[in-house]
Amino acid sequence: MLGRTASSLFWMARYHERAMNIAKLLEVAYRNAIVAHGGQDSMDDWRFALLSSGCAAGYEAKAEEISPKGVISYMVFDKDNPFSVRVCLEAARNNARSVRTSITSELWEAINTTWIEFSDTNPQSITRDRLPEFLSWISQRSHLFRGALLNTILRDDGYFFSQLGNFVERAGNTARVLNTQYWVLLPDNDVIGDGSMERYQWTGILRALSGHRSYRFAYPNAKLSAQNIAEFLILRREMPRSLAHCYEWISGSANDLGLYYGESLPSLKMADKISSELSDTDMSDIYHNGLHDFLSDFIVQNNNFASQLSQDYNFA
Amino acid sequence: MSVDRTFFNEMLDDAGMSRPAYSKLEDWLNSKPPNFLKKKNREAETIFRRLGITFAVYGSNEATERLIPFDPIPRILSASEWRRLSAGIDQRVRALNAFLHDIYHRQEIIRAGRIPADLIIQNEAFLPEMVGFTPARKVYAHIIGTDLVRVGKDDFYVLEDNTRTPSGVSYMMENRETMMRMFPELFEIHRVAPVEHYPDSLRQTLESVGPDQSKSNQTVVVLTPGIYNSAYFEHAFLADSMGVELVEGRDLFVDEGKVFMRTTRKPKQVDVIYRRIDDAFLDPLTFQPDSMLGVPGLFDAYRAGNVTICNAPGTGIADDKAIYAYVPEIIEFYTGQKPILKNVPTWNCALEDDLAYVLDNLEDIVVKEVHGSGGYGMLIGPTASKRQIADFRKVLEANPSNYIAQPTLALSACPTHVASGVAPRHVDLRPFVLIGDRVRITPGGLTRVALKKGSLVVNSSQGGGTKDTWVLED
Repeated sequence: MLGRTASSLFWMARYHERAMNIAKLLEVAYRNAIVAHGGQDSMDDWRFALLSSGCAAGYEAKAEEISPKGVISYMVFDKDNPFSVRVCLEAARNNARSVRTSITSELWEAINTTWIEFSDTNPQSITRDRLPEFLSWISQRSHLFRGALLNTILRDDGYFFSQLGNFVERAGNTARVLNTQYWVLLPDNDVIGDGSMERYQWTGILRALSGHRSYRFAYPNAKLSAQNIAEFLILRREMPRSLAHCYEWISGSANDLGLYYGESLPSLKMADKISSELSDTDMSDIYHNGLHDFLSDFIVQNNNFASQLSQDYNFA
Repeated sequence: MSVDRTFFNEMLDDAGMSRPAYSKLEDWLNSKPPNFLKKKNREAETIFRRLGITFAVYGSNEATERLIPFDPIPRILSASEWRRLSAGIDQRVRALNAFLHDIYHRQEIIRAGRIPADLIIQNEAFLPEMVGFTPARKVYAHIIGTDLVRVGKDDFYVLEDNTRTPSGVSYMMENRETMMRMFPELFEIHRVAPVEHYPDSLRQTLESVGPDQSKSNQTVVVLTPGIYNSAYFEHAFLADSMGVELVEGRDLFVDEGKVFMRTTRKPKQVDVIYRRIDDAFLDPLTFQPDSMLGVPGLFDAYRAGNVTICNAPGTGIADDKAIYAYVPEIIEFYTGQKPILKNVPTWNCALEDDLAYVLDNLEDIVVKEVHGSGGYGMLIGPTASKRQIADFRKVLEANPSNYIAQPTLALSACPTHVASGVAPRHVDLRPFVLIGDRVRITPGGLTRVALKKGSLVVNSSQGGGTKDTWVLED
């Protein structure tokens, strides 16, 4: 396989995952902004979406103040924002197009149709009342993409690269979302908190990571608590967006790649290391060493893994 | 039904009766409700768009990927018509390859005084770098798309030979797929020669010209300029259907005179490159130094006999519009036979007498740029306005050697789906020919159709569409 093909498959999956994560963040911001919550500035919800998606600096450079309309347009449609849904969907499609020969027609049609329908959408037509529907459409299209990928693609190196792209992006997103409001996940909140403010912020984090319902099943007493939420999103393997789950998948794919090529490269060792660190730790360790440091360090390691991978396999 | 006799009607004879090859199709068309084709056409467009069968249009920012309009009514050739055409094409492509070998070696045709030396040596399309080099099996142009037009029952003219990188074959394939999906019943009542083996034939052809024929596995690649090229869909389609890698210049490199692909693991040597980029961009070390599309050192690897480039660099001379006029000579010189297919009489505006004639008759003739393609920069006298003719006259007078001229041919017309129903529209035909260990011609080819009433310009860049093309078996 060409190094460029590997790179395109990695980025195709990565961009599609990113588009969905951005849509999720906006869904939460929108939802939280319309429910009453005592005293807090509702612009915080939009700020949270900007910060977690990495759009904050770019937005500030462009707009004077945060407005729902401005954030929506910047994060969904802006051609100059490298983290807008539009740019991600186009990049996913361009990557797919450049490896048209390495993906199935089902997968291509899923990506291409998403892009065609998205680019046929007039941004003016997505008014605030139509936004939730449009955002959930984006998520649905990402699920279709992933379904087509899992159901039709051959389990060879191309598949492994696509999985790595998918989960590197997802892990990075989860870590960023947690890190943006890490303080609400500190154990102190369990002592002083459980007020409406904490509840509201916790729910937002869970929703942004699609864990709002599943949390109730993972924790039998179903009570929201900072420690449980942090554990759920960092260490619980059964949670498909947790860091542990992502790295279980990443080290699995990296191992498959090593077997496929009959050669174990540095990126594989990195993936194994990150994965086993996640399984050898617990929340008290993480809190003891500092949640913020832990998450920041994870984000760096995740990025290092991606660049080592691209070096090992000659991504052009 | 009254029949317009100013052009040859592919379906109807002068009495308005359908010709034998079209009789079942006409009955079938007549049996359908009025909106049937309209509905089917929309269906086809949706399929094309979803599959990404698009081409890029240069010079327009928005909507740079467009569909080529697809016409659902097939163009039909009888078995006997096809036999004659394919014999003519076979003769022509063999002669052109012999010509290429000759002009890059002993130049017998110049010595024999059959073609002026200047026309070759001074020609931009002549590559001095190719002199003395002999590609595998002495084949230069492996993939040719011969553009034909029909003006009468047995009257076919070759318009252009397209010996560089002819495109359109993916449309031939996809049009057939679409037709079979939409109208299976039509295929039940006709014996249509299949086209689906084209990718296999292409791969066999390419493998047969690998530089080292003792190798049992030839590594073939398709070299594309990338996703923004107008024919990118086709490049991907061909690589995919042949089961070979689609590479860009940056995926290849040359080491010790051999060409390799950058893979996720060890570099892999490449034997045959089906390139879809122009000569000038192939190798920045030999040709255009600022080319980002090519592979530094590729040409040296080629000359060292370590890789085959298809089509060979320098084949453009064989479809140069100034050389075109000499193709009948070329055929006779190398095959000793009379040409089976006709050439369109051509005036070379570089010659004083020819230019004078052309300037006197601009209203009646077609003038083309010598190096132009895609229907850009040409004048079609009979359909041009006075103003357009006057403007063109100035351009032509300023640089006459840049132009050739031909009489306006009354292109044949095929029944075509239009807003008002079904009406004749002018068509041409591009059969696809492969030359390697032998000559392989896929029955049919691509029919391009001018969708505007009366228009003679079939190029997709100028609003032309395509049709599935059927060759009926006996």
